[in-house]
Amino acid sequence: MKRNIDRRDFLKLAGAAAALGAAGCATMTTKARVVVIGGGFGGATAAKYIRMWDPAIEVVMVERANIFTSCPISNLVLGGSKTMEQIRHGYDGLRKYGVQLVFDEATAVDAAKRVVKLERGGDLTYDRLIVAPGIDFMFNEIAGYETAMGSGRVVHAWKAGAQTIALRKQLEAMKDGGVFLLSVPLAPYRCPPGPYERACQVASYFKKAKPRSKVLILDANPDVTSKGPLFKKAWAELYKGMVEFRGNAKAIGVDPRTSTVKLEVEDVKGDVLNVVPPQRAGDIALKAGLITANNRWCGVDWRTMESTAVKGVHVLGDATLSAPLMPKSGSMANQHAKISAAAVVAMINGQAPNPEPKIANTCYSFVSDDEAIHVASVHTWDNKDKTLKTVPGSGGVSPARNVLEGGYAWAWAVNIWQDTLA
Amino acid sequence: MRIAIVIAVALAVAPFAVSAQDKNAGRNLAASCAMCHGTDGRGAVGYEPLAGMAKAELVRKFTEFRSGAKPATVMHQISKGYTDQQIQLIAEYFSAQKK
Repeated sequence: MKRNIDRRDFLKLAGAAAALGAAGCATMTTKARVVVIGGGFGGATAAKYIRMWDPAIEVVMVERANIFTSCPISNLVLGGSKTMEQIRHGYDGLRKYGVQLVFDEATAVDAAKRVVKLERGGDLTYDRLIVAPGIDFMFNEIAGYETAMGSGRVVHAWKAGAQTIALRKQLEAMKDGGVFLLSVPLAPYRCPPGPYERACQVASYFKKAKPRSKVLILDANPDVTSKGPLFKKAWAELYKGMVEFRGNAKAIGVDPRTSTVKLEVEDVKGDVLNVVPPQRAGDIALKAGLITANNRWCGVDWRTMESTAVKGVHVLGDATLSAPLMPKSGSMANQHAKISAAAVVAMINGQAPNPEPKIANTCYSFVSDDEAIHVASVHTWDNKDKTLKTVPGSGGVSPARNVLEGGYAWAWAVNIWQDTLA
Repeated sequence: MRIAIVIAVALAVAPFAVSAQDKNAGRNLAASCAMCHGTDGRGAVGYEPLAGMAKAELVRKFTEFRSGAKPATVMHQISKGYTDQQIQLIAEYFSAQKK
């Protein structure tokens, strides 16, 4: 697999972005080049681990934002116990592993020519491509959504960043006695316990700052999707009378003039409208032909994370068609990345990839400023059904919310940011 | 007697541990632990550092979590997903890492 970057390749690379700079020049001879699209929990971890496990492989990571903003802990920013600064982290830590960073938008993939096209011009050729695009939203499923979002009257805040800040401002501006309306899409969606943690965090803020206010959850699912008994206990005991949950309440439209969310049978009024739309794999996965299931998710071979649709391309994280009982979580994306890194390193070196990967997931949720609950699972290759399955008898949830796990939950965040980025 | 059992177990797992495709089996399994315990078991806050811990101690802790002998918040649930052989591989990997 040893190859030299030819002059044409090099000019393409050099033209792609000045960011490659000296690193690009220093590696004129390289075993292979891996391009990673997306610098979230999946992409950044894959870029780092490939370089850790085989420094002779060149890794170029393409990411549109020059700073990482974590979805985990972003609900605590909404609740006011953490700040945006605490969930934002630079990408410089990846440079010490020799990951080359290109801050640009990947606009197309030509899998036949093995080229990634970038918005600001220049192409990146690759030997293997890793696509970790996260999610994009199916706005059309909710009538009036994009217009309402454009005017700032409806937010999702389901990608941490500008909308996290906007939602926090709306909560601060809301009058005491107002209603925070949180609409949850049908599963599968990013972070199954996320909406219910958000309800806790907003209720926690209301309890301190606007005690007559309410949190109303309109859930398209019949019941709480994750850690149900634990969340319901927290609502009943910590936020008595403040949190109302309605199942089978799917949003089909929004109307900013009347400040309502339209369900199939009624319209529901709120003061702050936080409507989380249904989701699918990020746009670049769609453009690259990686989506294989329901026009939404990307099928993969779980032994390598290689796409079932396009050879030489691996897909990670929320964008994948999840294996049974596997959540779309930052933890899982970080773990997918390690499967893909091991497989990519093995394949480039002419070795067989790990025939039976095993990964573990832990998702913490804060139900107050300092108490957390978790769900854990272990996923292992099942050769009969050709997928990752949970190991019988393993995994589980917290017996009750507790402060000890609150400490572990925050440390988990600090440690996974480190494992992903530094 | 105890030593004899350990040797017997080691011999039983040896054919898997040394096969070419499993050269990185320990590394690959241990990578899962890193999101909480730090990359290669180093540098994490609030969680036990695993890098450089004696193999026997790692195996003992992991198996005690699994049996319920050692109390835990999460590890009693995670450890039940791993076989004796996998625990050996993970312990071997972390014990060989610099502190």
